Amino acid sequence: MALDRWIGLILLGIFLAYGYTAWFTMDAALAPFMQRNPIWPSSFPKILSILGVVCALIIITGIEGGEAKVGDIDYRRLGDYNIAQALMLLGLMALYALLLRPAGFLFSTIAFLILGSVILGERRWITMIIVSAIATGIVWYLVQVVLGIYLRPLPGFIGG
Amino acid sequence: MIEGILIGLQTALSLQNLLMVIGGCLIGTFIGMLPGLGPMSIIAIMIPVAISIGDPAAALILLAGVYYGAIFGGSTSSILLNAPGVAGTVATSFDGYPMAREGKAGKALTIAAIASFCGGTIGAILLMIFAPMLSSVALLFHSAEYFALMVVGLSAIAAFAGTGQVAKAIIMTLLGLIMATVGEGALFNMPRFTMGLMDLQSGFGFVTLAMAMFALPEAIFLVLNPGRSAQGDGGAIKDMRITRSEAKSIAPVIGRQSLQGFFIGVLPGAGATIASFLGYAVERNIAPKTEQEQFGKGSIKGLAAPETANNAACTGSFVPLLTLGIPGSGTTAILLGALIALNVTPGPRLMLDDPQIFWAVIISMYIGNLVLLILNLPLIPYIAKILSVPRNFLIPFILFFTLMGAYIGQNNATELLLLVGFGVCATVLRFADYPLAPLLIGFILGGMLENNFSRSMQLYDGVSFVWERPMTLGLLVIAAFLVILPSYRARRARARAAGIADGD
Repeated sequence: MALDRWIGLILLGIFLAYGYTAWFTMDAALAPFMQRNPIWPSSFPKILSILGVVCALIIITGIEGGEAKVGDIDYRRLGDYNIAQALMLLGLMALYALLLRPAGFLFSTIAFLILGSVILGERRWITMIIVSAIATGIVWYLVQVVLGIYLRPLPGFIGG
Repeated sequence: MIEGILIGLQTALSLQNLLMVIGGCLIGTFIGMLPGLGPMSIIAIMIPVAISIGDPAAALILLAGVYYGAIFGGSTSSILLNAPGVAGTVATSFDGYPMAREGKAGKALTIAAIASFCGGTIGAILLMIFAPMLSSVALLFHSAEYFALMVVGLSAIAAFAGTGQVAKAIIMTLLGLIMATVGEGALFNMPRFTMGLMDLQSGFGFVTLAMAMFALPEAIFLVLNPGRSAQGDGGAIKDMRITRSEAKSIAPVIGRQSLQGFFIGVLPGAGATIASFLGYAVERNIAPKTEQEQFGKGSIKGLAAPETANNAACTGSFVPLLTLGIPGSGTTAILLGALIALNVTPGPRLMLDDPQIFWAVIISMYIGNLVLLILNLPLIPYIAKILSVPRNFLIPFILFFTLMGAYIGQNNATELLLLVGFGVCATVLRFADYPLAPLLIGFILGGMLENNFSRSMQLYDGVSFVWERPMTLGLLVIAAFLVILPSYRARRARARAAGIADGD
């Protein structure tokens, strides 16, 4: 079975779970006076779940036909691409998300930009440090000072 | 009217107001380029500044300049990085980004600037002529028609996005719609589908989803396959000029889309976003067969259409605001708030009581568009230089900006994890040739769609509004046709290719 039909199966699961919530569990929490309304919070989701299940079944059974085109990247040959780099960058993003608050904006951003370049194979250390420090400074200034959105600049233990 | 125009000219051409327009356009363009900050957030940020000016005409002129600038800035990041920061410029990236990848970034930006200028200017002329008349037309549309209109929009997008495989595009739209139901809706005041998570209480962030659907998969694809990147060619700068034949081919597109975009913008609830998608879909549909295949691969028509339409619609959305006092979009709603804070009540009496405000705003729209054009054309070569940044530096920066965009909007670190998670899902979906744009559009329109649906259900005490209102029924029939037709045509084409005779 091709990848697009496997995804169809996963989507079917999502729509079934969504539909189950909409049809069977959501209305239990509805206040009695709201039950007289012609429209319930679950009405629109109910319609969506039915349409979604129908579409998912069409995809899985392949009734509509048509070939899935192989895009720019052929997923069957993922090993030929820089998959390790991509995964490492995604991991780095998740790490950044977790560290942004505790480690402070300035430190985590500089580290993110440098490590990102390193993962991609850059080894000009001095350029990297200068570029990421300047960029971090500018973005921090714009967001914090010009726009007035608070970003904790330094790690908590230094008092940021 | 002539008298009004003269009063407007007098007000708008004062030194202070000219500076307001120029400043507003500059601020809007530069902040709008940052993915994640759309016109709505920029205007919201600028409101305290505008109110402190004190003069309502100057304040409104400043905010309108910011609005235009932000829309243009958003198209820049859509074209160069495939990272639309504004919902209204998502359609711009469909053809703008492929052009940039072919090394025609300069040309793409020039077309975007000119199309925006024409759309905005023609929109302003139409605004002058139609503002009084259109207020009565917009009142004819009830929530049932808005619901149907959005269904038509979504079906059109699904039908055009899924080439031959409409079911995939529809299921993506539905996925976007169910994601829009997560969180606390305005109508019911109870959290839905949050799975008990506090962080989902307010729903998914639009910017997070936009980044995850477009910018992040693109960056991952760039990493996976280094051959994709379009950087390092000097052609980006010298290839700025538009040839005579190209100008000829986009001129009718600009003309049509200025009109269509403006009238869509006038309808409350249907702002620049719907106008740009619908404009793209319409132009693609009426283009000759050979040009149709170019759409999505760097067609200049496909770039000019949404760019013209979204600017014309921005102008159009001022009509209900200025004549009825009803904001047509989130952005104009914020403007309405600013006006009321400045002790001006927009509505039918605005034209009579404060003609200098009404006309100054319209005149400043021309000036704003002119400023944007003058400002942007010489800057284009420098803006396009972004693409010649070495890949090892560019990719971490794109990733960083997607993270920042998601963070600024919600100020919530969980949003960043959601971004990474959705980004991975979106990449896998792209592997399997599922179109991602319908998902995002479904998500954007989901809330409005459900609200209008619910309101009509309440008004008619059931679904009877579908057959009791002929306009609603007509629109829904069109929507059904849009979905069924391409699938039927693809099937017939396949049958014919396989040598099986078909019915007609």
